Formats: sequence, C-alpha cells, structure tokens
Amino acid sequence: MAVPPPRLRDPTRLRWGWFLAACAALLVSALAGITVGPAGLTPAQVIGELVTGGSELSDTQRAIIWDIRLPRVVLGGLVGSLLSLAGASYQGVFRNPLADPYLLGVAAGGGLGATAVIVLWPSADTRLLPVAAFAGALAAAGLTYAVGRSVGGRSAVSLILAGVAVAAFFTALQTFVLQRNSETIRQVYSWILGRLATTGWKEVLLMVPYALACGAGLMLHRRLLDVLSVGDEEAESLGVSSSRVRTTVVVLATLATAAAVAVSGLIAFVGLVVPHTVRLLVGTSYRSLIPISAVAGGAFLILADMAARTVLSPLELPIGVITAFIGAPFFMVVLRTSRRYVT
Amino acid sequence: MISVEVLSIAYQSGQPVLRDVGFAVEEGEWLGLLGPNGAGKSTLLRAIAGLLPHQGVIRFGAADSGSLRRRDRARSVALVPQEPVMPGGMTVIEYVLLGRTPHLPYLGSEGAADLAQARLATEMLDLERLAGRMLSQLSGGERRRVALARAICQQAEVLLLDEPTGALDIGQGQKALELIAHLRSLRPMTIITAMHDLTLAGQFPDRLILLADGRVVADGPPAQVLTPEHIRTIYRASVEVVTVNGGLAVVPMRTGTR
Repeated sequence: MAVPPPRLRDPTRLRWGWFLAACAALLVSALAGITVGPAGLTPAQVIGELVTGGSELSDTQRAIIWDIRLPRVVLGGLVGSLLSLAGASYQGVFRNPLADPYLLGVAAGGGLGATAVIVLWPSADTRLLPVAAFAGALAAAGLTYAVGRSVGGRSAVSLILAGVAVAAFFTALQTFVLQRNSETIRQVYSWILGRLATTGWKEVLLMVPYALACGAGLMLHRRLLDVLSVGDEEAESLGVSSSRVRTTVVVLATLATAAAVAVSGLIAFVGLVVPHTVRLLVGTSYRSLIPISAVAGGAFLILADMAARTVLSPLELPIGVITAFIGAPFFMVVLRTSRRYVT
Repeated sequence: MISVEVLSIAYQSGQPVLRDVGFAVEEGEWLGLLGPNGAGKSTLLRAIAGLLPHQGVIRFGAADSGSLRRRDRARSVALVPQEPVMPGGMTVIEYVLLGRTPHLPYLGSEGAADLAQARLATEMLDLERLAGRMLSQLSGGERRRVALARAICQQAEVLLLDEPTGALDIGQGQKALELIAHLRSLRPMTIITAMHDLTLAGQFPDRLILLADGRVVADGPPAQVLTPEHIRTIYRASVEVVTVNGGLAVVPMRTGTR
C-alpha cells in the first residue's frame, strides 16, 4: 500500500513556534536585565512595578527601574535587534555567510561619521549622530562591496577581506580625528568599544524611528531575499531586479547599523552570532529568519549587557568585549563549516 | 510563437558570440539547439530569457521582448540553467515556490493559489515525497527534477532548458528527456533545449537547429539536420546516422586515421 506523502508545513508562513519562543526569551532577558544589579530587586517586585505600578518599592528603586534599567534594556533590545537584522540582511544580499555589520566595515564607517560630528561639531544636536553615522556607514558599505567584487567576484572571503581593510582605514581616520582633538578622546573612546550606558530615555527615542523604518523595510523584503539566494541571473529570470533589491536592502541594513552605532558604538559579531544560530534552528528561509533574528538579537544583547555589568561588578566591561568574546570563536566555527562557499 | 530576428551578441571584448541568428518557433513545438562547445547555444537561451543585451529583435507573439517588463517576460519564459544555483538549506517546496515570483507583486507574498501551483508542480515531477527535504540532501537526478518543477511552477508558455541531460548518465539523461516529453503532454508548452547528445537530439525534439561559430548552419526536422555531412563539417566527427524505431541514432565510426 502506498504511504501518503508527509504533511507539509506551509513554507510561506512564519514559524510561529520559534517566533514565540524568541519572544519569550526576549521577555525573560528583559526581566533579568531589569532585575539583576546592585539595587537588590527581585523579579516579582519588577513585574509588580511594571504591570500594576503600585508596589512596595522605594522611590529610589522605582527610579532605578523606570529611569535607569528599563531604558537601558529597551535600548539594548533595539540595538541587538537592529544589528541582527542588518547581519541577516547582509548575509542574504551578499550571499555570504560571513557578512556582519562589523566585519564589512560598515560599523567602522558609522563610527567615523558619528565621531566626526562629536569632535568637530561638539554643539551639534545628538539627533544628527545617526545621520552622520549613516553617511559614514553607507560610504564604507559601498567601498567594501566595490573592492570585494573587483578583487574576488563572488568569493565570500574577498568581501570580508575588503571589509577588514575598509574597517582598518576608517578606524585609522577616526583615530586621526580623535588625536587632533584629544580633549574628547575619553568620551569617544568609551563609545567606540561599545556601551549601552544611557541618560534615560533620550537614546531610546532617538533610535525608535530608525528601528521601525528599517525593521518594516527589511520585513517587506524577506521574500525577495529568498529569491536572491538563487543568484543574480536566476533572480532576473524570475522577474526580479537583483540590483534593485540589493541596493534597497543594503541601504536599509546600513541605516539599521548606523542607528545602532550612533547610540551604542561598535558592538561586534551580534549580526553574525544571532542569525546563524536562528538559521540552525528554523532553516534558511528569510521569511522566518528576519523576524526571529530581530527578536532573538534583542534578547542576546540584553543578556550580553547584563554580563557586561555584572562580570567585574562594580566595574563595567564594554559590551563589545562580551559580544566579541562569544562572537570571535563563533566566527571561526562558521568559517570552518562554510568552507564550501568560501572559495 | 517566438521569433528571433537578426540576433547578434558580442562579449564585452567585442568578440561576437552570435551573428545574425534568425528563426521562429511555433507554439507547442520542441526545438533542440545543437552545436559544438562555444557555438553559442547557452548564450542564445539566455538572450531569449532576456538576460543579455543584444542587437536584433526577439518576439513573444506580437510583443517585442525588449519592451516587456522583466516580470512580464518572466511570466512568458522560464529558464533552467545548466547548473542552477541550489541553496543547500532551502527545502524543495520553498525552492519550487520561487517559480511564483513573476506572478506576485514586488513586495507581496504567495497565497493559497500559488502554493497550490507549487504543489501541482511537485506532483507533476513526482517530488511530493521530497517536498520537505533540503536541497543539499538530494541526488543529482532529483535536483534536476526540482529545477524543472520550479520552471513548471512559473507557468510560462516557453520553457528554456540548457543541457537538461548534462552530467547525467545515459539512463538518467534518457529519463530526463522522457520526463520533458511527458510534461509537454500534460500542459501545452513551447520548449527549447540546448543539447549535447546527438542521438537524444534525434529522438525527442520536433525540430533541430545546428549552430556553429554563432551562426545557424542548419534548421529543420532532425532527419535534415543530423546528416553525416553536417556532423563531419561542424563537429569534425565521422558518424553514421541510422533510423531506429522511427527515431535517429548517431553512431560514431572509427576511421583508423589519427
């Protein structure tokens, strides 16, 4: 007797189970991020305060929750989410498993743009920072892509090598700008290493419009990222202009990176670690990869920030140190397992 | 109907690949493109698919292909390259569903009807059981079928197949062409295949075009194109052409010369 074919999941649908699991992880890490620290809070107290508002906490504890921990957790969530989205999108359009905002030099370009504003125009409105970072990041992305293609065509490694060179160049420029203006060097330096120290909700508000715009834009392109995965020529033969999709997605991912860099400095490897882990769990289709990476990336960075605050407490490590500590070995694993692409 | 009129294509270096190529393919016809390596078969298919800048005119029915939007062209013609890019982590059904792309709005998503078309294509190619499998887990023959299923799912009237038997052994190659003949019986399609194997070319397509150095050397039914003279001048091979069961077989003959 013939066995009926296995029932199939609708491939166009989001993998809700994994998406909800990622949301749960985000909520748990947010709760942990608000609770853990020297103020001696318990999760129950935090939930009580956030949900009902009326609890037995002191005014100081309340202020710690609402004005220090919560904005920091939200900012961490947004930055992690944007960096993961950017990483997943770059991996899609460049068809390169190693692509990451940091490794492509895009973050360095954003850093240079933001530094230039901080140093050369100290009185400028902070709302200008993401814009300047975007200009720098876009220049770096264009340069990396042009150099990578001219050297190695479609090779994954040549793009990353170009990114490393571009990052080194932009970082050198940044150092040069800084040395000539040594009075701001401490301020900028702590930011280069990545930090989520906030002054309340200001940074969060600065980020939200960018996060919404990039998130929505990249979500709309997730099916097209799947189309691009069969290569430019086949995408064209399916009626899609690959250069149009690539340009739009690169601009959106670069804007996401720039917004993240402008408020939190250079945080490496988030865009690599999160999408790859998600891919292992939910498969390679961008329909699920994009939204789930966005949520999981938020959770990841909130936890990394918690580690940065507590590992050497009362000292605070730059969060970029934590993510690199996890991400660099991860990168080596990806490099090994993706050898067949890396020729 | 497809018509190709004085088509010329050159590489960026200026070296011509196709020179003044012209022919027309009737609706429902199966045309086989023959010619030695480098004769321009793949280039011609890619040009018809709208992937290459060219001189001359390619028409689908009355419409000039050059004036069609990319998406509309993709609804009329589907191309299966010689070595399709198959992302290893993608599942068969996800890959087949890509064929719906020209039927969707730019940022839109597939609906139930698209999914039904993809399922139908997997059924036509006997792939239902593999639908949830990842492409990296498939054999060479299965991958060929999956690539065909994507093209079928595209629902174009014209199917362009670049070397559908390339890298397959004699049994698999034969099966691949039988499958194409079978698909054609299920759904009316105009088919153009670039081919290497002259005997298979003598048995399956309705008509053959022999290309050499970017020009059409012979065009007609297999018996007119596959002659020992043509094969000697174009391929520099010594053969006999025999008729077996109504089809042609091209048999290489040992000449004893070096």
